[in-house]
Amino acid sequence: MKSAGTLPDGRETEPVSSVLTGDPLRGTADKESAKGSEGRTLNVFSHGMLVLWAVMVVMPLLWAVMTSFKDDKSIFTSPWSPPTSLNFDNWARAWSQAHMSDYFFNTLIVVGGSLIGTMLLGSMVAYVLARFDFPGNRFFYFLFIGGMSFPIILALVPLFYVMSNTGLLNTRHGLILAYIAYSLPFTTFFLTSFFRSLPTSVAEAAIIDGASHTRTFFQVMLPMAKPGLISVGIFNFLGQWNQYMLPTVLNTDPDQRVLTQGLVELAASQGYKGDWSGLFAGLVMAMLPVLAAYIIFQRQVVAGLTAGALK
Amino acid sequence: MEHGKYRFIVGFLIVPLAIYSVFVIWPFAQSIYYSFTDWTGLSPDFEMVGFDNYIKLFSDDVFWKSLQHSLLFLLLLPLVTISLALFFAFMINVGGRRRKNSAVSGVRGSSFYKIVYFFPQVLSIAIVALLFRFAYNPRSGSLNAALDAVGLSALKTAWLGNPETALWAVMAVMVWCTVGFFVVLFSAAMTSIPRDYYEAALLDGADRITTFFRITLPLLWDTVQSGWIYMGILALGAEAFAVVQIMTTGPGGPAYATTVLPLYVYLKAFRDGQAAYATTIGVALLVVTLAFAAVVLKLGRRERLEY
Repeated sequence: MKSAGTLPDGRETEPVSSVLTGDPLRGTADKESAKGSEGRTLNVFSHGMLVLWAVMVVMPLLWAVMTSFKDDKSIFTSPWSPPTSLNFDNWARAWSQAHMSDYFFNTLIVVGGSLIGTMLLGSMVAYVLARFDFPGNRFFYFLFIGGMSFPIILALVPLFYVMSNTGLLNTRHGLILAYIAYSLPFTTFFLTSFFRSLPTSVAEAAIIDGASHTRTFFQVMLPMAKPGLISVGIFNFLGQWNQYMLPTVLNTDPDQRVLTQGLVELAASQGYKGDWSGLFAGLVMAMLPVLAAYIIFQRQVVAGLTAGALK
Repeated sequence: MEHGKYRFIVGFLIVPLAIYSVFVIWPFAQSIYYSFTDWTGLSPDFEMVGFDNYIKLFSDDVFWKSLQHSLLFLLLLPLVTISLALFFAFMINVGGRRRKNSAVSGVRGSSFYKIVYFFPQVLSIAIVALLFRFAYNPRSGSLNAALDAVGLSALKTAWLGNPETALWAVMAVMVWCTVGFFVVLFSAAMTSIPRDYYEAALLDGADRITTFFRITLPLLWDTVQSGWIYMGILALGAEAFAVVQIMTTGPGGPAYATTVLPLYVYLKAFRDGQAAYATTIGVALLVVTLAFAAVVLKLGRRERLEY
């Protein structure tokens, strides 16, 4: 993975000209190795496509940010014009009246609880499966891994009624347990191979020195596994923060809503009220923290999210 | 090493296994059992009805439509997403102008592209779906306004309200979301291909298209294959559910033009009070998922290239 380099200025505003003229310092090298016009056309075409996709990714996001500052009337009359004045009251309205603050709070509680639970339980399972030989080891491994390839919606139908009967439906702890359960397959899969790749000698030395297995795990193995834990932690954090299907089915109480489902509900209700600007403010409010965190921790996030697929 | 080993193993496995069994394994097993009953979900009473639910599937037009759309997702989404991502990743890593000192090089600003392309991947699919629901809005949406601005007003339509375009509009959102992930994934795999291979190909006079098909793609095959399965599971799973449920009218409309299997399971169970029938549709979805994974693994089997 390459580290983040310098961002070329003006790439977005003047893509074509910068592609055509290129870097003047490299001009001579280009001439020498140029394969004629074929290479040049391809160059312009491929750069053009790269720029086009970057614009297609950024435009909808910029549009949302812009719209969140506009008043309702101009949203409808001219969708692309920049806001004439910055209506910060859209944001205030979304935060308090439209309950965005409650949704943020609920999400923080649920994701906080489930992330800690997932990491703790997932690393325990993975450690035992990776490092100990016992009858049924492979069976348990495939039992946990199997959950990755099954369509979750199939299990959610009975689970709804199981949770309803046990009083876990529409509760935060019920949702936390469900998040943990559905995050365990990938966490176990990833961390098992990570623990396998760690040297065995350190743990053996700890045992010989009289440390218990539990102590060895918490004080020797977990610190050694830190890079893997960070990767899978980021993966789980984003997955659980962005989760939509589980809360939609298992968390139908309006007071308990998490961010994603809260926004979808908001879209339905604000649509009737006609408060589009407030809705966009809520949408951007939900987008920005994640995007900001991504830009700051860019390398770790990319490594975390692609970790599983690269194995 | 032996001392207290089993007590430790049991101690560590018991809690996660209990949670996993209650919330994942047990419901899966139950749902297969329920698919042979007439359980409504509303009352605790039900009876075994054998294969009645499965027979009902065959004459259920909405089921066939959902299946058809899910299969379309399964074929087209990985194909389009992975082709686009391979193209972008190749351009970013190998597509740069040739310089004196190296045979291949990335385009300028390659890390910038990778950062930007990855944006949608960190956002919730629910937020993305909402955003595009507004962007597609015929009155206030940015898409029609953009078409006006570039003089293509003739193309304007109610993207999600028109049965002809709704499904494509939904699929486009899923492509938008996932291309960046694969660009980054393939880029990582491409940087591990030794540069000498490209140099040798260049000496032999290969152009970029030949280089891509003869060197890059074969060496990337494993990554492409696992990417294909990953994308297929997205296309059949929670992502497809979220996008269709949030963006379309009904949801699944207009006139069932966008309904997909996971959404149909949800609607039957939680809107129509036909929980047993919903699990039957879910079992069909399970069959499609497993068959897809088996086909990709079988077709994709090739001699593994070591480098």
